[in-house]
Amino acid sequence: MIKHSLVILVSGLLLGMVMPGYAGDSLLPEVPAAQARYSDAQGCVEPTADMRKNHMKYILHQRDETMHQGVRTKQYSLVECINCHVSDAPDAPRVSSEEHFCNSCHSYAAVSIDCFQCHADRPVKTSGTHAMPAVGKSGSEIMPVLASEETIHE
Amino acid sequence: MSDQSNFDQYRRRFLGGSAATVAGMALAPGVLLHEIGHAKPADQAVSDEVRWGMLIDSNKCAEGCNDCVKACNDEHGLTGFDRPATDAQWIRKVTLKDKETGYTQTLPLLCQHCEKPPCVDVCPTGASFKREDGIVLVDKHICIGCRYCMMACPYKARSFIHETLQDQKPYSPRGKGTVESCTFCVHRVDNDETPACVEACTAENHNAMVFGDMNDPSSAISQQLKQYNSRQIRADLQLNTGVRYRGI
Repeated sequence: MIKHSLVILVSGLLLGMVMPGYAGDSLLPEVPAAQARYSDAQGCVEPTADMRKNHMKYILHQRDETMHQGVRTKQYSLVECINCHVSDAPDAPRVSSEEHFCNSCHSYAAVSIDCFQCHADRPVKTSGTHAMPAVGKSGSEIMPVLASEETIHE
Repeated sequence: MSDQSNFDQYRRRFLGGSAATVAGMALAPGVLLHEIGHAKPADQAVSDEVRWGMLIDSNKCAEGCNDCVKACNDEHGLTGFDRPATDAQWIRKVTLKDKETGYTQTLPLLCQHCEKPPCVDVCPTGASFKREDGIVLVDKHICIGCRYCMMACPYKARSFIHETLQDQKPYSPRGKGTVESCTFCVHRVDNDETPACVEACTAENHNAMVFGDMNDPSSAISQQLKQYNSRQIRADLQLNTGVRYRGI
């Protein structure tokens, strides 16, 4: 029995090592690459393993601080997640697609999220000359223009 | 980077900055004081030392002009569904007519950002709330869409979203089943900018709207409020509105 589970464990580890190269063929979700690195030391705003496990806690905490206290740091801002993790191309995948960064994992994990019933699921140009304040924690500086702005009615 | 070291960094920057400010103050005291009063670093919470307010001069508000409404709709991506009775409307033009003389005038009506907001009183979930700096908002994460606040508001300033939406603005999330209203463009205000309607009115040289800190005696709005007669709409309700009007 112990020998058996050891074999499974080792083969699992080996698979894990091989997988990244063959993400397209594997059962694991194919997660789109981010557009920038947070720092030289780490890719995302916290170590990747931590982000995989706890990103919702960071976002939730930031959500309440921003909504009620006007704290607008960028490190855990959902807008900044989207700006960095989703392409600004006009045909960028929507959150309903499994090619969308958030949904690539969430559909795999069978966890439905309702963030994007209200929030933008793709980067959109910020208002006017407006740029998010760079004081304090800063994430990516990407603030691209999206071509889908002509949906506005007056 | 930890929160503490961030704070220290900010403090250092602030101390450095204020030394430079003292030097500059001798040159242009009014202007600089005004600007410092409103500067808020991104990682600091808003405080009740500030109370945001708006002064609208209805004498300068031209009949037929819709620039502020357009700017608001553009800024927040308010799209219509050709159903005027239920389409979202954060700011609207209202025409007043004196029945005896026939004199008409027009003014924009928006959330009045009351000091004692009835919408907050009636909200069963705490979604409707007033920020420390006087801006009345809906936390749509908590809103259950009951619409009590819409009934409570004497100014009919709130809208309910009936439709599934797409392509919302990142800084202005909106979604079906929640109530919404003017936010005083809180995302701009937190970044030391003025609301989109005021910006549009000023850009078109109408100058009918002034936005600023009513607690700061040197701000343009405080000085105008002191100098000219202004009124609150339905002042009898004693809500102490953040939006004041001249010429009505």
